[in-house]
Amino acid sequence: MEYVVTTCELTRTFGSFTAVDRININIRPGEIYGFLGPNGSGKTTTMRMLCGLLEPTSGSGSVLGYDLARESEKIKQKIGYMSQKFSLYDDLTVYENLVFYAGMYSIPYHERKKRVAEMIEMAWLAGREKDLPANLSGGLKQRLALGCAIISRPSILFLDEPTSGVSPTSRRMFFKIIQKLANEGTTVMVTTHFMDEAERCHNIAFISGGRLIANDTPDNLKNNVIEGCMVEVDLPDAMERIEELESLPYVKECSIHGPLLHVLLDSEGNVAVFDRYTGVKAREITPSLEDVFISLAKLQRKQES
Amino acid sequence: MSRILAILQKEFLQMKRDRLTLGMVFMLPLVQLLLFGYAIQTEVKHISTVVFDQSMSIESRDLLDSFSSSGYFDITGTAKGYAEITKMIDSGKAKAGIIFPPDFAEKLRKGETAPVQVLVDASDSMVSNSAIAVANSIGLLKSQKIIMQKTGVQSLPYDIRVRPWYNPDGITAYYMVPAILGIIVTMTMVMMTSMGIVREREKGTLEQLMVTPVKSYELMIGKVIPYIALGYLQITVALLVGGVVFGVPIRGSILQLYLLTLFFITASLGIGIFISNIARNQMQAFQMSFFVFLPSIMLSGFMFPREAMPSIIQYIGNIFPLTFYLTIIRGIVLKGIGFPYLIPQVMSLLVFSVIMMTLSIIKFKKKIA
Repeated sequence: MEYVVTTCELTRTFGSFTAVDRININIRPGEIYGFLGPNGSGKTTTMRMLCGLLEPTSGSGSVLGYDLARESEKIKQKIGYMSQKFSLYDDLTVYENLVFYAGMYSIPYHERKKRVAEMIEMAWLAGREKDLPANLSGGLKQRLALGCAIISRPSILFLDEPTSGVSPTSRRMFFKIIQKLANEGTTVMVTTHFMDEAERCHNIAFISGGRLIANDTPDNLKNNVIEGCMVEVDLPDAMERIEELESLPYVKECSIHGPLLHVLLDSEGNVAVFDRYTGVKAREITPSLEDVFISLAKLQRKQES
Repeated sequence: MSRILAILQKEFLQMKRDRLTLGMVFMLPLVQLLLFGYAIQTEVKHISTVVFDQSMSIESRDLLDSFSSSGYFDITGTAKGYAEITKMIDSGKAKAGIIFPPDFAEKLRKGETAPVQVLVDASDSMVSNSAIAVANSIGLLKSQKIIMQKTGVQSLPYDIRVRPWYNPDGITAYYMVPAILGIIVTMTMVMMTSMGIVREREKGTLEQLMVTPVKSYELMIGKVIPYIALGYLQITVALLVGGVVFGVPIRGSILQLYLLTLFFITASLGIGIFISNIARNQMQAFQMSFFVFLPSIMLSGFMFPREAMPSIIQYIGNIFPLTFYLTIIRGIVLKGIGFPYLIPQVMSLLVFSVIMMTLSIIKFKKKIA
């Protein structure tokens, strides 16, 4: 099997609102597939359809060879899913939460203890087995939820914004676990708003307004999406000048990155003119993923209006 | 099967940690029985009565004695005119008034009919029913005595001998305690299970459950069984209180009572779990369970005798498990009858339970929208 997840014109509407609009995605086994897009763009809806939680309105898809519409219960035996707000039972301890999900996946009794211990080790939860989730930090809760989702050793793991509301250290730790799982052969589909996480994906799909508008490796996206020349410039009053700069005929767009301003020019030939205009030396840079997504989102908005 | 066990284990753990709910399960039968068992008396005695006696004679005194010795009328005051009696009854200070005309004694002595007026506050029908019935029978008895004296007849032509079976002393608690038990079980079972699924929906844990391979029926069964245990616990507490505090005897077989109660518990749980499946949040579930609870009390025969209801209302009453259970529990506890007499009720509850559970299992889709 070349792809573990494929969809064909997958669509979901809620009343007159089209949340997911004819999406085609293909995920290879063992890859980390990043799913990016603004809030409300249809990421969660797509993921829920892939997990068998939502019926597609039209189009089709399969996960591990099982049909989304007809064999969702078979899919559920093979996948792990972690929803946006990781849902743990707050009146059950760490250990009891894990044991419960071990039971839900019918893991044989003689193996449950071992599996739970594995998850506790994986999630760095040793010593906290008897704690209630309420007493755990965001990062620990998140890793416990992950433990509950992968206790069945699923071959595909769906993570819906797993790292929102978690400290940077915990985020890094979490992504390391994800990478380890991928190295061991688990396919991971993850939605995120964090570019550093997106960079670590093997493949990125960008979705906006329910449409898939880009799908490639991070490097290809950075090199191919943006047409023109990206420069970085240090202007003290950058914030106030965005509008003025964007009105220049050779400037396509500006965006703030920390203290610096990223400006997309029509071509390399404009750099010298731009330097003279601002009075500051601009530096040519390769666009970051963030630049790519900002320009993709703007493009999409322009097309819509 | 192993999944049901896992759900059971989880539910029991959660139940054990929920001290408040657990306390309620114990305290509810205790407090409600003590309160209602004492408070609810369908037979109204000691009705406060004012007298406007214009006759002031031995005869009027004699009839008044009969009223007060009946135990139903407490003469709490005398009035000096119609206006005063009206005022007393209007203000609620008295529930009944007795008025003797000035020529009362005279007419009696002459052998004429002597009218006595009894005013009754019928704004409370329970009170007025007792007062009217007792006043009438006092009049009849007294008249009877005088006629017998005059005519020299020694015995009455009719002799109707009434034997109130099952509760010869007419103790209200005997009748009420089993019924209150039914009410308590309905209340806790329906309300607590109605929260079961919807709480997980609100907390988001249901979404996580839906992506596991768990089957709809496994989840429903796993959710319902712990409450069966809880229901039995409640019934045991209630029966103990009923026996110890109110001396309610259990004339039939306790074993049968426990066995047949199962059908009532499952029927109540069926309603609860169904509500939990259709409600969007806990508030809605709560409102819906009230929607079941109130008519249960009103139409089941707990509050008002079903015989007095129009037949259409009686049919509607048949929708509620409590209606059947009242027959079962009163039958076993008071009448000492057993299963053979209660087959229709038990079958109704069984059918009801099966329908509710099936609907819940069908209704529960492992889908979000």
